[in-house]
Amino acid sequence: MDLDALMLSRIQFGFTISFHIIFPAITIGLASYLAVLEACWLRTSNTVYRDLYHFWVKVFAVNFGMGVVSGVVMAYQFGTNWSQFSDFAGSITGPLLAYEVLTAFFLEAGFLGVMLFGWKRVGPGLHFFSTVMVALGTLISATWILASNSWMHTPQGYEIINNQVVPVDWVAVILNPSFPYRLVHMTLAAYLATALMVAASAGWHLLRGNDSPAVRKMLSMAMWMLLLVAPLQAVVGDFHGLNTLKHQPAKIAAIEGHWENKPGEAVPLTLIGWPDMKEERTRFAVDIPHLGSLILTHSWDGQFKGLKEFAPEDRPNSTVVFWTFRIMVGLGLLMIALGLWGAWARWRGTLYRQRGLHRFALGMGAAGLVALLAGWYTTEIGRQPWIIHGLMRTADAVTPHGAGEVGLALVLFIVVYFILFGAGIVYILRLIRTGPQSHEPQEGGPGERRTPARPMSAAEEDKRSNDTARG
Amino acid sequence: MGIDLALLWAIIILFGILMYVIMDGFDLGIGILFPFMPDAHDRDVMMNTVAPVWDGNETWLVLGGAGLLAAFPLAYAVILHAFMLPLIFMLLGLIFRGVAFEFRFKAEPDKRHWWDKAFIFGSFCATFFQGVVLGAYMDGLTVIDRSYVGGVLDWITPFSIFTGLGLIVAYALLGCAWLIFKTEGLLYDRMRALARPLTLVLLAVIVVISIWTPLAHQAIADRWFSFPNLIWFAPVPVLVALAAYYLLAALGRKPHAGPFLLTLGLIFLGYSGLGISIWPNIIPPDISIWDASGPPQSQGFALVGALLIVPFILMYTAWSYYVFRGKVRHGEGYH
Repeated sequence: MDLDALMLSRIQFGFTISFHIIFPAITIGLASYLAVLEACWLRTSNTVYRDLYHFWVKVFAVNFGMGVVSGVVMAYQFGTNWSQFSDFAGSITGPLLAYEVLTAFFLEAGFLGVMLFGWKRVGPGLHFFSTVMVALGTLISATWILASNSWMHTPQGYEIINNQVVPVDWVAVILNPSFPYRLVHMTLAAYLATALMVAASAGWHLLRGNDSPAVRKMLSMAMWMLLLVAPLQAVVGDFHGLNTLKHQPAKIAAIEGHWENKPGEAVPLTLIGWPDMKEERTRFAVDIPHLGSLILTHSWDGQFKGLKEFAPEDRPNSTVVFWTFRIMVGLGLLMIALGLWGAWARWRGTLYRQRGLHRFALGMGAAGLVALLAGWYTTEIGRQPWIIHGLMRTADAVTPHGAGEVGLALVLFIVVYFILFGAGIVYILRLIRTGPQSHEPQEGGPGERRTPARPMSAAEEDKRSNDTARG
Repeated sequence: MGIDLALLWAIIILFGILMYVIMDGFDLGIGILFPFMPDAHDRDVMMNTVAPVWDGNETWLVLGGAGLLAAFPLAYAVILHAFMLPLIFMLLGLIFRGVAFEFRFKAEPDKRHWWDKAFIFGSFCATFFQGVVLGAYMDGLTVIDRSYVGGVLDWITPFSIFTGLGLIVAYALLGCAWLIFKTEGLLYDRMRALARPLTLVLLAVIVVISIWTPLAHQAIADRWFSFPNLIWFAPVPVLVALAAYYLLAALGRKPHAGPFLLTLGLIFLGYSGLGISIWPNIIPPDISIWDASGPPQSQGFALVGALLIVPFILMYTAWSYYVFRGKVRHGEGYH
């Protein structure tokens, strides 16, 4: 592997987007969860919902901050590192990004202040409205950025004039063939990742004997989510795969480690193996006959293109996407298992007592995020060597920098991200360890050491200061 | 064609960047002023004055980038290519200070000073490199055949270093005036005392840039000192002098919002001055907004959104500031 400016730019983009996507994924999931919690609190006046809101909103605040600052980087990296791409296709990705900023980023940021700090500054209705606007903003944001990303996978609605992409039909651009599948798949992935994080937190507290109504409630809610959404995600993923087969057959061939078809023979499913790009075969393959045909063509003997049907320079790296795909699917199956186990335990009335279940949930805490990253690696590396499928190669998209300056930037990103976002993740885990408190927040609100409602008596102030010092 | 889309987009982007400079300017300024206020409680108050609004402020920067990519992809590609390093330094600075907002209150008390330092470093770093990019941008970029062909370090010039330092002064004054507006007591007094020297230094910076740019660039000299432009643009320096005079006068009394509004005026005038110098180029010295325009289909589509949505953004942003109106006191946050 040559560490030239192209490779370094790819690593930098992959590194910064991998860190970044974790935060918005949790933001999307938690914002919707918080909106549900606040709605339940307003409807039922059950303080468990309010306590859970104040617990998770702290995590949300830290997570959101990291999402914002790592996201600003993304908006500029298209130019600093991929200027040829920006000049060529900015006419499509630019307006979509502009709409994301206008309809989503501002909405989130505008109502975030009230959501985090306005609990007693505005009425309950307005506060709930703010939470809903933030949650809506996260979903609108996902919609635009996935429209843009999907267009790079399945471009349509454009013409090429003077070596520049010119949009001719915006509806076709936005509603490109892979967009609906990617949008649903990613949104559900964000919900699953968040539900797994919530379930793991509940499992951790229950395992340590911190059995409170709030902890029970969050375990219960997360388990319902997993039970319903994990299987749904598998179905959506299947549709997404069929769509990919239609529009990006090389990606599917690489995912399956499928090199060639024999006349009249069904395609097996290779469970595990090591696709070897040089030898053009999958070594150590463990096959299940017919299953490949069944999954991808929904027929017993159906065939789909093998990698050898594509010129070597047009093939994505099968070794990588074969495995990233299997990591994603494997974790997805474990999520379904966790959801079913939770349902069984609930039916037996042991949901809050089964230590094995709680341990499983704890172990799966990061599984949603790992699966989400693995899925993105699959689809993005599977699009290579193209940056815009069939239109522009990644090698032609990169800014003509020298390796020196790109290397310097990459090292800085790696150092700063690991230190700062590493610290942030530690703080999030620490907040989770504290657990939900069963009273109105009196200190330690988001961005605040103490957040009293109105001027306090000196005694109360002192007591609070002591609490803070001990906390 | 009926509508000059490039012109409208140039106005929107100029407006977006102005909003950014004003709004993130005062919250970056608070980081720049941190070293002057070592007391932990004062720092809590300073941070609390911007905690609910800072990331909305930063969103204007993203709008600037996205708008540029949407309407002038060539300019986006060339400018970001040329200024990769200083822009990445700026982004890293923004990360340092952005995470400090939340992390500061989550750290153990004995470790909190690390996040204060991150906040200070990040604010200085982001501001300085913004100013450097501004200066290097004014100096112009070498472009051949739609590609930047200058060197990796071309952005380092005496002028760009000067504008980097100058922007630190400008943001410090914005932050200072914001704190005069939002605080009281000792903190207020300190800021009021600090505002006067900051104003004088900023005036000196404005004067130096006003002399330096026409001397260095004949085109800028022609723009300002030819007839009848001289008359049209004469109000800019006159208004700068007036705003500075009223600002210094206000600081002598017991001011409230006055210094902040007057500083906004000063920044706006300085910004207009720079705009007048390079208009209508989007990649100085000679690529105009029309040369760098993306396809009208892109500009038109995004324009509809911008014109429809920006008024709503301004409305709910104003509402958010209204919710958190009034002075922020020691030991009192926003709940």
